[in-house]
Amino acid sequence: MGQNKSVDFATGLFIFLGLAAMFFLLTQTTNIEAYGDEGYTVTARFSNIGNLKERAPVSLSGVTIGRVKKIEVDPERLDAVVTFTIDSRYSAIPADSSVSILTAGLLGEKYLGIEPGGDIENLKDGDEVLFTQSAVVLENLISKYLFDTASGGEE
Amino acid sequence: MRLVRELRDNSVEFLTSFGSAVIFFLRLLAYTPRALLRPRLVLRQVYVVGAESLVLIMMAGLFVGMVLGLQFYTTMAKFGAEQSLGAVVVLALVRELGPVVTALLFAGRAGTALASEIGLMKATEQLSGMEMMAVDPVRYVIVPRFLGAFIAMPLLTAIFNAIAILGSWWVAVQLMGLDNGQFWSPMPDNVDVFDDVLGGVLKSVFFGAAAGLLAVFEGFRAYPTAEGVSRATTRTVVMTAMAVLVLDYMLTAILI
Amino acid sequence: MRQEETLIEIRGLKYRRGDKVIFDGVDLDIPAGKVTALMGPSGTGKTTLLRLITGQLAPDEGTIRVAGQEVARLDRSELYALRRRMGFLFQNGALLTDFTVFENVAFPLREHTDLPEALIRDIVLMKLQAVGLRGTVDMMPSELSGGMARRVALARAIVMDPEMIFYDEPFVGLDPISMGQIVRLIKQLNETLGLTSIVVSHDVQEISTVADQLYLLSNGKIVGSGAPKALREDNSPWVRQFMQGLADGPVPFHYPAPSLEEAFLDREDKE
Repeated sequence: MGQNKSVDFATGLFIFLGLAAMFFLLTQTTNIEAYGDEGYTVTARFSNIGNLKERAPVSLSGVTIGRVKKIEVDPERLDAVVTFTIDSRYSAIPADSSVSILTAGLLGEKYLGIEPGGDIENLKDGDEVLFTQSAVVLENLISKYLFDTASGGEE
Repeated sequence: MRLVRELRDNSVEFLTSFGSAVIFFLRLLAYTPRALLRPRLVLRQVYVVGAESLVLIMMAGLFVGMVLGLQFYTTMAKFGAEQSLGAVVVLALVRELGPVVTALLFAGRAGTALASEIGLMKATEQLSGMEMMAVDPVRYVIVPRFLGAFIAMPLLTAIFNAIAILGSWWVAVQLMGLDNGQFWSPMPDNVDVFDDVLGGVLKSVFFGAAAGLLAVFEGFRAYPTAEGVSRATTRTVVMTAMAVLVLDYMLTAILI
Repeated sequence: MRQEETLIEIRGLKYRRGDKVIFDGVDLDIPAGKVTALMGPSGTGKTTLLRLITGQLAPDEGTIRVAGQEVARLDRSELYALRRRMGFLFQNGALLTDFTVFENVAFPLREHTDLPEALIRDIVLMKLQAVGLRGTVDMMPSELSGGMARRVALARAIVMDPEMIFYDEPFVGLDPISMGQIVRLIKQLNETLGLTSIVVSHDVQEISTVADQLYLLSNGKIVGSGAPKALREDNSPWVRQFMQGLADGPVPFHYPAPSLEEAFLDREDKE
């Protein structure tokens, strides 16, 4: 039966190696920690989200403190409702803070940036952030610039 | 005219084979629950199949990873994009190269071994012998081997990927002088657990089923002579390679 | 002993492989407790007949009844139940190459019974002792000679104590000593265990010493039957050719071909 034991050992070793490799791939190379639901959930309304995506980072002073969880359109008010989670370590964010959709670099990925306010009350699970700033859409910016200069010239 | 006739004959033969492979697959599925009641037979095949291919898979993974590191580093450095190297290597591996290369190597090593083993058991009447001892050879021989391949493939793919990433890390960071942090840091932002890694695992699961099925199928229907067994072995490699590449395209199209 | 009870009964058996007719109306009775030999030249389908009787193949027409059950009508579990009452010795033994001699002989016990390990060991050693190969218990099949492999396979065939045992060409490719041992075993097993033995062979001399009854097959039909002694004195030309091993007779020496003159003249014409 000694032979049987060494076969068992090798089988175990092979399966262990495979699972260890899988674990390495998942933890070292992926965004798996973005799926951890540790924290509280807050919503915010925007008239335009640009190309913000689910699981985009939420940052405060340039540090990632959470992730976008869900993006949907409110069928009545016809604006975008963005739901995002904030790590529970950062529980002392004032309730009147503002949220903007920003771009990493000139053409990079969109992310949510939080600008802290001065309220004594803090944001809690299920709250809605009232002060928001939508994404800056490059086409709108350009056409607005052109329109402004054109109308300015008439005056 | 001859060409037309040959084309027609070949396609009829292909469709017949395809049909019988599908029927055989359904038969294996029907047997699977009972086979799992005897995990020892299945685990033994996981070991045989896995251990047979492990060294090959590890060597291949190491060199594929090193080549990727070298190629991507030199080309991406031209555009000053070498800080994305780590993410590009991981994406190429987990989405595409890992599952496909592992499955092709598996077909060459373990698939042929399975097909010729079963073919030989048939040629030496071992399968008929079981049949006469009132032991169903499909349950005792075929299904455990199919399941063994099916379970081993995702594990082998993961090992291939992990070693390939380390191989490209070694070339890019140790040899070419890329910063260690620049290699690892772009990965989490660009590699998604579900879309990329688990999508790749899903591919390897399908490839495992296809490679396992074709190996036992070709072995089981081999003509029980020396020539028949060698033909079955060749067909296993050819059919598995075709099946893997076709499945790869279909799965990629679905997963994107 | 129950005399003249028929264990296997075949009526009007027809079987075709592709366009080739293998059996064209075969009737056969195999009595219980005796050694019956099925003989005939190579390629007459003797082995096919065994496969039909044991349900590995199904006949195109006719019936095969074994112990009162029609083999072709059994479902899988009934067929397997019937097969547990059968032992089958394949031409080359068909031992499982991955297993030791011990595990090979123990295989049916492990698959079909829940006997404790100690009892399995006793049974296996007993059966190996019966074929004279208890000393090979830890060897692998590849270490055995052809004759020994066949004897181990015989031990495996009788490990479940079957009622009937089928021998498929048991003498092919054996040296005279091994052949003598197998002949002795067939006889011994038949006498001591009361088995019904069915032997397929074309070795007239060997089989005559063990068989109670012979059937001669040719061209899909039974061409002669009876006790070995009676058959040796049979006057039909076919039986005589087979039993005495004559080169020419009803089975011609020359394979059918165009006449000699034509074949040679043809060639001259072309040149």
